[in-house]
Amino acid sequence: MTNTAPAHTAASSNRKWAIGFTTVVAFFFLLNKFVLPEASGQVQKFFNAWFSLTSMAEIMIWILMALGLNIIVGYAGLLDLGYVAFWALGGYVAGWLMSPFLSSFQINFFGNARAGLEQGIHFHVFLVLILGGVFTAIWGIIIGGPTLRLKSDYLALVTLGFGEIIPQFMLNGADIGGLNVTNGSQGIGGLDDVNLFGYVIGTFALPEKFLMVSLMAGAMIFFSIRLRDGRLGRAWLAIREDELAASMMGVPLWRTKFYSYAIGAVGGGIGGVGFAILVGGVYADRFNFVISIIILAMVVLGGMGNVWGVVVGATVLAWINSIGLIQVGELVNNSFGTDINFPSYQFLLFGLLLVLMMLFRREGFIPEARIRMVMNEEKTEDLDKVSDETKIASN
Amino acid sequence: MTSVASGVARKKKVTPSAILIKLSMVLIIGVAVYWLGLNLTNDPRQFAQVTVNGLNNGLMYALIALGYTLVYGIIQLINFAHGDLFMLGAVFSFAVLTEFLGAVGPSATNYALLLLVLLLTMLFGAVVNVTIERLAYRRLRNAPALAPLITAVGMSFVLQWIGLKWIGSNPVNVNTVLPSTSFEIAGVVIAFKTVIIFGVTIPLLVFLAFIVNKTRRGRAMRATAQDKDASRLMGINVNQTISFTFAIAGAAAGAAGIMWAQTTGTVAYNLGFQLGLIAFTSAVLGGVGNLYGAVLGGIIIGLIQSYNDGLAIGPGQRWSQTMVFTILILLMVYRPGGLLGETAQEKV
Repeated sequence: MTNTAPAHTAASSNRKWAIGFTTVVAFFFLLNKFVLPEASGQVQKFFNAWFSLTSMAEIMIWILMALGLNIIVGYAGLLDLGYVAFWALGGYVAGWLMSPFLSSFQINFFGNARAGLEQGIHFHVFLVLILGGVFTAIWGIIIGGPTLRLKSDYLALVTLGFGEIIPQFMLNGADIGGLNVTNGSQGIGGLDDVNLFGYVIGTFALPEKFLMVSLMAGAMIFFSIRLRDGRLGRAWLAIREDELAASMMGVPLWRTKFYSYAIGAVGGGIGGVGFAILVGGVYADRFNFVISIIILAMVVLGGMGNVWGVVVGATVLAWINSIGLIQVGELVNNSFGTDINFPSYQFLLFGLLLVLMMLFRREGFIPEARIRMVMNEEKTEDLDKVSDETKIASN
Repeated sequence: MTSVASGVARKKKVTPSAILIKLSMVLIIGVAVYWLGLNLTNDPRQFAQVTVNGLNNGLMYALIALGYTLVYGIIQLINFAHGDLFMLGAVFSFAVLTEFLGAVGPSATNYALLLLVLLLTMLFGAVVNVTIERLAYRRLRNAPALAPLITAVGMSFVLQWIGLKWIGSNPVNVNTVLPSTSFEIAGVVIAFKTVIIFGVTIPLLVFLAFIVNKTRRGRAMRATAQDKDASRLMGINVNQTISFTFAIAGAAAGAAGIMWAQTTGTVAYNLGFQLGLIAFTSAVLGGVGNLYGAVLGGIIIGLIQSYNDGLAIGPGQRWSQTMVFTILILLMVYRPGGLLGETAQEKV
């Protein structure tokens, strides 16, 4: 059949991207592990300013998050504006299960508790990752269950509310009926070091931590691609493109949307666990609405639905957000003698980015062929398109 | 065509889950009534006081909610930027009335200036909202539903940035024109500001209802909301009508903005996000697209929030936001159409 040909090219382009991703990760790992400690101060300074390993590791977390949201927004076409809630929930699962915080328990299940801090729950990191995913999936089910039957606008709204409630709960959670659940605004610190089959990644072993989160992001990329090409993924794409047609073809609408929401939530949860391990703790005041919007902008910029597009979008925006604005600002201010506070333009940048992308390039910069068609398709049942089109054209 | 979600009720089989949902709804309402009753018997005077405060906030929420509901009614768009428009209104009124005109403290001239700036702020809100519609939303009217929503979120960020650049990142204190005196009725302290809020918002709400229900323009708005194609065939200029709706919504947000700045005495760039969400919850509670629903919803949310924050036996202020969103989520489960609206279930 003819459809094998495009599948071939898609597979080979996937391979190219995958090789590129691996190369970049390997480059930064080797560079920071072996080359930079020996290099001259000038080179060290350059890399620490423009490509500091902390930011690189955080970029991997952002990629993980963006791919999770991509399953909801890009694949199934549902708008989630409170994705940060899953990040927070995943983070707190790590905080609860990998630290001395819940000191009324003393459980050690292949964990790696620090000497002298054996109280609390200490699970093995793999178990925590799984439990983090399961926990957020349950929350995804609780939120998605009732709302997915309604118009998609309502989902956006409820998720927005959810994204506000969860961080607020975490902030206020130091005293819930006398119980200290989340340690309030102080957060939970002092997470256990990760112990992978006897190899302990210390608190300050940044290159190893970077490699670990990169592996997680790589796994997420792999699962995203496999999911999209599978039966469920094709059902998602069908729903995104035309709900009516999809349901006529026998796609169960509610169940398919529901899976996308739950699986997308898992991505957020695992990313949350990874981030908590990366920074060695979980702090409630980090989780706010802006984060949800930045993740959304990553998905939109790269191209909704296209895994590699989202990876590139996440990398670029996360870099701009953490280093780019500051460094470019300094460069511009130094070379032109201006005094512009570049980071204060963050809101404008992300806001305008969303608006302009929607107005002029809805499919993103690295679009999937199918979504390009869908996003530029006019609704045929509305007559007003004719007059509107002519009016816009004449302006 | 999503608008075919009709009010025709189908006979439904009574399933165990439906019974469970009904039971839990009764349980939740029971708990709420018990809580309010407990507080009422515990301290009636305080209860009345908190009710007055709640009405005060509720009317302002109603003004903002009106904008959401009008816009949603006509183009089925959740205008996320609306809350930030309200914030810009508050900032604008602060800049003009307090900074530029220097009107501080109660006096006859200052009241006149307040009225003038109220009109100016409404005009400002209308102009900004129409501009946003013209530049962004109109081009996306036939795009997939995700596109205008994301655009609205982006616009909200842009407006927040303008507010941030205008007054800075810290909340700014506003020296208000209104007096800080109050009087007592049966032991309940009523601030003079509350009276002003009632005196400004209630006529405004009546006036807006009059425009939508009684004027030619209002009839065009309602027709456009029902069916754009049919209204166009009837000779209604659909684009102009939608612009007009945005103008009214913006004016209401502007009015709410100046009232907020004058009564609470603070403005901040991130005011719009929080208030916008509360107002949208109000609109959904009342039944989105329904004018009276928005007012009713605004007042109910104002009351609930005030009871939550102010009553002696209650969760307290730090759970205020959580309370509002819990209501929103519960609404989605039990009554997605809102109190006065029809069910919003999507039938494909």
